[in-house]
Amino acid sequence: MPRLSYRRALTRALADELARDESVFLLGEDIRVAASNVTAGLAKRFGPDRVRDTPLSEQAFTSFATGAALAGMRPVVEFQIPSLLFLVFEQIVNHAHKFPLMTGGQCAVPVTYLVPGSGSRAGWAGQHSDHPYSLFAHVGVTTVVPATPADAYGLLVSAVRCDDPVVVFAPAGALDVRADVDLAALAPVPLGRARVHRPGDDVTVVAVGHLVHDALAVAEELTDQVSVEVFDPRTLYPFDWDALAESLRRTGRLVVVDDANRSCGIAGEIIATMVERVRLVAPPRRVTRPDGAVLPFAPALDRAVQPSREQLRAAIGHVMKEG
Amino acid sequence: MTDADPVRLYRAVRLIRRFEERAIELVRSGHVVGGIHPYLGQEGIAAGVCAALRADDVVAGTHRGHGHVLAKGADPARMMAELCGRVTGLNAGRGGSMHAADFAVGVLGANAIVGASGAIVTGAVWARRRRGDDIVGVSFFGDGAVNEGMLLEAFNLAALWRVPVLFVCENNGYATTMPVAGAVAGSIPGRAAAFGIPAAVVDGQDPEAVRDAASAAIDRMRACGGPELIEARTYRFDAHHTFEHAVRLDYRPPDEVTRGRSRDPVDIQGARLPVEARAGVDAEVEEVLTRAVEFALASAEPDPADALAHLYASGLTARTGGG
Repeated sequence: MPRLSYRRALTRALADELARDESVFLLGEDIRVAASNVTAGLAKRFGPDRVRDTPLSEQAFTSFATGAALAGMRPVVEFQIPSLLFLVFEQIVNHAHKFPLMTGGQCAVPVTYLVPGSGSRAGWAGQHSDHPYSLFAHVGVTTVVPATPADAYGLLVSAVRCDDPVVVFAPAGALDVRADVDLAALAPVPLGRARVHRPGDDVTVVAVGHLVHDALAVAEELTDQVSVEVFDPRTLYPFDWDALAESLRRTGRLVVVDDANRSCGIAGEIIATMVERVRLVAPPRRVTRPDGAVLPFAPALDRAVQPSREQLRAAIGHVMKEG
Repeated sequence: MTDADPVRLYRAVRLIRRFEERAIELVRSGHVVGGIHPYLGQEGIAAGVCAALRADDVVAGTHRGHGHVLAKGADPARMMAELCGRVTGLNAGRGGSMHAADFAVGVLGANAIVGASGAIVTGAVWARRRRGDDIVGVSFFGDGAVNEGMLLEAFNLAALWRVPVLFVCENNGYATTMPVAGAVAGSIPGRAAAFGIPAAVVDGQDPEAVRDAASAAIDRMRACGGPELIEARTYRFDAHHTFEHAVRLDYRPPDEVTRGRSRDPVDIQGARLPVEARAGVDAEVEEVLTRAVEFALASAEPDPADALAHLYASGLTARTGGG
């Protein structure tokens, strides 16, 4: 079976959607030459009108995409740097997200915002290393964080076909993941549907994005001591609450590992919702970046701020001991 | 395409004027909650520009947007119902004064964020022209918006990509209470010149002068593509917002207000009509607005159970907030 990298899965999804639907086009900085290496070969195949390089004008081209969507197109906007989302938060949240309701249903805004390389890439420091998915989940913009190549393909395809704005965060820590994939079997993955990567009986670990791979590694290490279920929400908004509740009814213990700041993060929401819905046998735990974290430059400091496997092992140990 | 009929131009300014006056009455009587940003004194701009447009051209404006929506052809009764928050309103009561939109007549919406329409109209026109529609677009904004980076980015994109958008700056002398002289370094046409965008300054109190300038710009734009800018010098006769009457803001010298009000676009255009023709239009407009107010007040209020209807075009439903 061929090995498919996460990055190439994104490329393949974009190529398939560009080929399938004339209303799809790509917009972004340096996408012609594929500086992020995600749009490689697409400008040559589809032309500069459908793979459209933009000047450094994030706010304007984000709202340009909104306007194009209002006129019936399905733009995909690539942001090479996750922190650029802070710059265009207004354009996505105050315009793209709000227009359907504010106009009384006169329009749809089917724009996909693709962020390849979200989170920390070693050495990129404070202004290039955020992972701001919780902000979009908070305002109710469909928010996707795929962990595997097949899911990256399937979720990006579904995002492009969705009639609402969707932000797709492709974590830097997942871009180089490769998997044996039957290319013919690649298919859209429905938004809002979680995936259990590994069943377990004692504790459910909810892992977001690239942390799924860390959670699987830790679960494997702990095989002899504790049976860990690894739960990948895949979509943070809408979240597959029913699937998680079902998992927790079996395990009764919850740990969330989330590479974003602690306060008001998705981990807090996951815990709150499950505490409302399910009787847990131990207080839940979360492993996150610290409150208000800014990623320091020096590699050891960068790593110190991100959730680690050690912290995850400790959190699993706590919920096992406490209930 | 230019509508050269002075009677129709008069009807447009008179309709906007009386609509605003009736809307202010409804604010005072409590039927319009939240107040409005009156367009009194600026009617000649919306009327003049829209007289130069085709039905399929698109416009988007500002929080002071009633004039643009009405001049482009929206039904005054449904517009009044929107201000009153009724289900029969243009936006089914979901938008109100600052978000009134009517996609059926090419109004992509009033927009409460200053300068936001520039990039949205640019994207919409670009998308429609790619499909072969020979349309142009108009972005209306105030003098305050020329200091917004997002708008200047839109100038750049439209000029670079040769998108026929007419940027219409309604310079009424004040951004809320900030006088132009205290806010704008350089000049407004100078902003356009920096991007190679042809710019004209026009007397915004004269509806025919606005129409002629807009017509000339739109003819060039339709033929050659590329944006143009018109700075229409005008004066806001009334408050920035109806709340001003309650807080009694004091920022305009009384003699300036008197001078500003002495050049009334309704009178300037009215004087071009025979007395009987003017009286005929006045009576007709009165009838339209009486019916509009009756229609609005007789219309049902939306069902609170549907408060988040239209939030997601994809059909996604949001979790409720209670319990």
